[in-house]
Amino acid sequence: MLTLTCPCCGVTAEETEFHAGGEAHLTRYGPGSDDTEFEGYLFMRENPKGVHFERWRHVYGCGKWFQVARCTVTLELFGAYPAQTTRPPQALQDTITAKRPGWSWNDIA
Amino acid sequence: MSTRLATGGRLINTDAPMRFTFNGKVMKGYAGDTLASALLANDQMLVGRSFKYHRPRGIVASGVEEPNALVNLGVEGKFEPNQRATTTELFDGLLATSQNHWPSLEFDVGALNARLSRFMPAGFYYKMFIHPRPLWKHVYEPFIRQAAGLGQAPKGRDADSYEHFYAFCDVLVVGAGIAGLMAAKSAADAGARVLSLEQAPQGGGRAPVDGGQVDGVPVDKVVDQLVSELTEMPNVTLRLRTMGAGVYDHGYVLGYERLTDHAPDQPGPRHRLWRIKAGQVITATGAIERPLSFAGNDVPGVMLASAVRDYIVNYGVSPGDRVAVVTNNDDAYRTAIAVKKAGLDVPVILDARVLPEDSPLMAEARAAGIRVMMGHGVASVMGGKRVTGIGVCAQAGEGAVLEEIGCDVVAMSGGWSPVVHLWSHCGGKLQWDSDYAMFRPDVHKAPVGGDGAAFVRTAGAANGHFGLHEIVGDGHACGGLAAKATGHTPRKTDAPQGDSPSEAPLAQVWIMPQGAGKTLRAKAWLDYQNDVKVSDVQLAAQEGFESVEHAKRYTTLGMATDQGKLSNINGLAILSDALDQPIPQTGTTTFRPPYTPISMGAIAGEARGAVFQPIRRTPMHDWHEANGADWEPVGAWRRPYAYVRQGESVHDAVMRETRNTRENLGLLDASTLGKLLVKGPDAGRFLDMLYTNMMSTLKPGKCRYGLMCGENGFLIDDGVVARIDEDTWLCHTTTGGADSIHQHMEEWLQTEWWDWQVYVANLTEQYAQVAVVGPNARAALEALGGMDVSRDALGFMEWADGTLGGFDARVYRISFSGELSYEVAVRASQGQAFWDALMAVGDSLGVMPYGTEALHILRAEKGFIMIGDETDGTVIPQDLGLHWALSKKKDDYLGKRAHVRSHMADPDRWKLVGLETLDGSTLPDGAYAVADGTNANGQRNVQGRVTSSYHSPNLGKGIAMGLVHHGPDRMGEVIEFPGTDGKTYQARIVSPVFYDAAGEKQDV
Repeated sequence: MLTLTCPCCGVTAEETEFHAGGEAHLTRYGPGSDDTEFEGYLFMRENPKGVHFERWRHVYGCGKWFQVARCTVTLELFGAYPAQTTRPPQALQDTITAKRPGWSWNDIA
Repeated sequence: MSTRLATGGRLINTDAPMRFTFNGKVMKGYAGDTLASALLANDQMLVGRSFKYHRPRGIVASGVEEPNALVNLGVEGKFEPNQRATTTELFDGLLATSQNHWPSLEFDVGALNARLSRFMPAGFYYKMFIHPRPLWKHVYEPFIRQAAGLGQAPKGRDADSYEHFYAFCDVLVVGAGIAGLMAAKSAADAGARVLSLEQAPQGGGRAPVDGGQVDGVPVDKVVDQLVSELTEMPNVTLRLRTMGAGVYDHGYVLGYERLTDHAPDQPGPRHRLWRIKAGQVITATGAIERPLSFAGNDVPGVMLASAVRDYIVNYGVSPGDRVAVVTNNDDAYRTAIAVKKAGLDVPVILDARVLPEDSPLMAEARAAGIRVMMGHGVASVMGGKRVTGIGVCAQAGEGAVLEEIGCDVVAMSGGWSPVVHLWSHCGGKLQWDSDYAMFRPDVHKAPVGGDGAAFVRTAGAANGHFGLHEIVGDGHACGGLAAKATGHTPRKTDAPQGDSPSEAPLAQVWIMPQGAGKTLRAKAWLDYQNDVKVSDVQLAAQEGFESVEHAKRYTTLGMATDQGKLSNINGLAILSDALDQPIPQTGTTTFRPPYTPISMGAIAGEARGAVFQPIRRTPMHDWHEANGADWEPVGAWRRPYAYVRQGESVHDAVMRETRNTRENLGLLDASTLGKLLVKGPDAGRFLDMLYTNMMSTLKPGKCRYGLMCGENGFLIDDGVVARIDEDTWLCHTTTGGADSIHQHMEEWLQTEWWDWQVYVANLTEQYAQVAVVGPNARAALEALGGMDVSRDALGFMEWADGTLGGFDARVYRISFSGELSYEVAVRASQGQAFWDALMAVGDSLGVMPYGTEALHILRAEKGFIMIGDETDGTVIPQDLGLHWALSKKKDDYLGKRAHVRSHMADPDRWKLVGLETLDGSTLPDGAYAVADGTNANGQRNVQGRVTSSYHSPNLGKGIAMGLVHHGPDRMGEVIEFPGTDGKTYQARIVSPVFYDAAGEKQDV
């Protein structure tokens, strides 16, 4: 039972108040993309042992989507940030580096 | 025999006698007894039969680890099987019966299995019941089902109530033994909010039985003092009869409180599930004694040494007159001394160790006149349903009996295992301690919380400390550290000083005697409930089940209701020995919550009956209820399936409603359909992305049927979209899709096109919506009076605002039936009044309400698809002949890219057609059409399936839709559908539009 804090409304609540929405920072590929690009967008997902970026929605609260950086091994939360960005904020990346030197995720860090 | 002692029993009140019944026999006990202690006081050592061999089973333990004394409790609505007698508090009138025997506990036919035991080794069922294959379903499975399980499942509805309870604290202490009490006190003294849970009805744990002093005060007095201090403190909540059941991520803990099990006449819920969010969790859960593995260690009367001591000290019960003690450690000497002090006989202490000198406890035992035989063990146990004596052997030998000693109880101790369950639930790691032969928490690898810091600590015996001095100090320190971790400042007080005799080290003894041969090993039990012996684990290792998890499942070791609390460590030591590897390399099986079984009622809490799930009701719900609605659940809504009249079947009602709607006038409560308002400068652009067809070009005042696909191309929803004004659209969704499509829209707006200016509001419950359908629909609205609903003023697929019969109304001229049809939306608060008005004016026009089944038949007659019938998450618009709804003008919409994937564009996909049986019967819904030949699994090939099937009263025959391989190219062809009723249906492939193909009826 994770405890998450919604960066939109500021409420700290149990996992059951939220809904997990899968991997963050996917790039959408639409008509005109080739099969490999579209397959990657539709199906291929990171499955890291360690630092992960994922989407959550505060479904029984303010209703807003946001993004979370989390360790899949220890369930440590590094931080949450708004959904309206294509990359994790630099400050958050620095926080993660301090705690997990040498981390990388997809094409980040 | 076992009996009540004249004196002693710190937990019982001899002024409060109680009567209870066991297997129909009335017995006597006292307030404060457990069922187990009361049974022993009545000389009832035999309490059950084991699972596989139906061996006689006696009480072994005194706490939650008891594997044998499982009984049925209560009757009818209060019946519950598999209750542990050792944790069942006695109350006046308690009814208990033993389990797993026929015809009686004393004489059990199933015990024949025991004679066959040498033919039923580990994996017997796997080996025996696999061939011949066909026997499985009709012979083996019914036989195994009959044999499976110990107690009987309750049949009646549970008469009790249950509840959930939410709690928050800084420091949660699980266990109120001396370590837990110390921890709670020091955390509370630092100012932390403390919640302390204890599974037993009293605090103190083992300390008052084991004795010793803290700061010069006897430990039982210290316990009383701590309990009373904690009870007084405003920042402490102490709950007895409440078990810490499981520790989960980020400090979430489940507690299980048994409120009225001991007092069934008391009002209120029976069990309470505590849902706790704790800053820090301290597991002060104590330790459990291990049995020793010697031949005959399952005969009733062979007990844990600590349990023998508990029954004497706590309940004033003598388990037997002559107690032989067998041990590999000092602790069991306490039992010998307690037995002697109670005036009973200890003929011998068999100590497997050979020590250079006596420890203080050993010296005390010898001084009490007890015979101690070092380096000796038990070779055999005499007796069937009760121990009558033991054969003594040298531990170092192969089991030659040197001497027989008469006794009626064997008190055994193989050392202690810390209760590491809660520590392990959430990822805490263990380390092997070879001095004490046990796994203990590795405090450097504790479970971590959301901040990356440890949130579980462990104290006392649960942390692998066994001297009173260490336990008290550990508890005190642990409480302070937990308080500090939650932002409090512990007082700088010295830890109280515990004092107890020093103990000599234990010897690792996993089999007794050390050289026990095959015959002895096949009689040395590890798991008493499931009948797993030393020889079974060795066989598993020999047959290649080397992983401890595999060996567990192959032998069923530790799979009984006690989940291996007694057997696991002994079993994995045997496995390690068989594999010739150190114990830590073998490791433990996974510790999973709950710690002991908790009731299903507590898990459900209040969520049963009417409050299981709230029901959504339309404004006209009560009218439907009063007018014969046969309800159909649709999501959380209830919709009338049909309105059944007196003397009519549901089917009759559906037929009547379907006919009447085509012939006269039908009313449908369509309020449940989703109504999403999409507004903003970018709303048109947004809807063009969400729908496969073009919505931005829709003119205000017009309606358009739209399809929605997910990004993977499959259909997810459909419905009519109305353009309200320049920047506003109203999107109708399916009933089930209202919330999910709203969320779907929000997801895209928030996470992909967040710079688009669009706002979505879910107005579903703001409107009551009525479909007014049939040839008399216009006449009905005209009779209400108000806005012009003529063909010229309000054409097909148009909408208008106005008034009808004085109601503010928005009227959509749309049809899901093929009839002349209006869907009228009014304010939800006006829904019932508007419905009444329609019924009144409809009276002379042949009005009848119709339900969801008539709606389905009407749409199927027209070949209209239904999301969830024709679609199942694998169907694309092209499969359903809906190419016309796929915009070719748009560069992009959700699903467009996916529709050109090779499998989607494959001409071999199954496609929508109508199906008509040759004899007019109705095809079974979901039936598959068979094709020639078989597939790789030897199953018949298939070429299509039925997606919707009804009897059409208007056409007087069965009609169906289905997806068929190359279907639209095979019109007129007859294909076969074998039904599950044994009949084969022959159906002709036809157009899916069965009624009014030209669409004249709706456009009048």
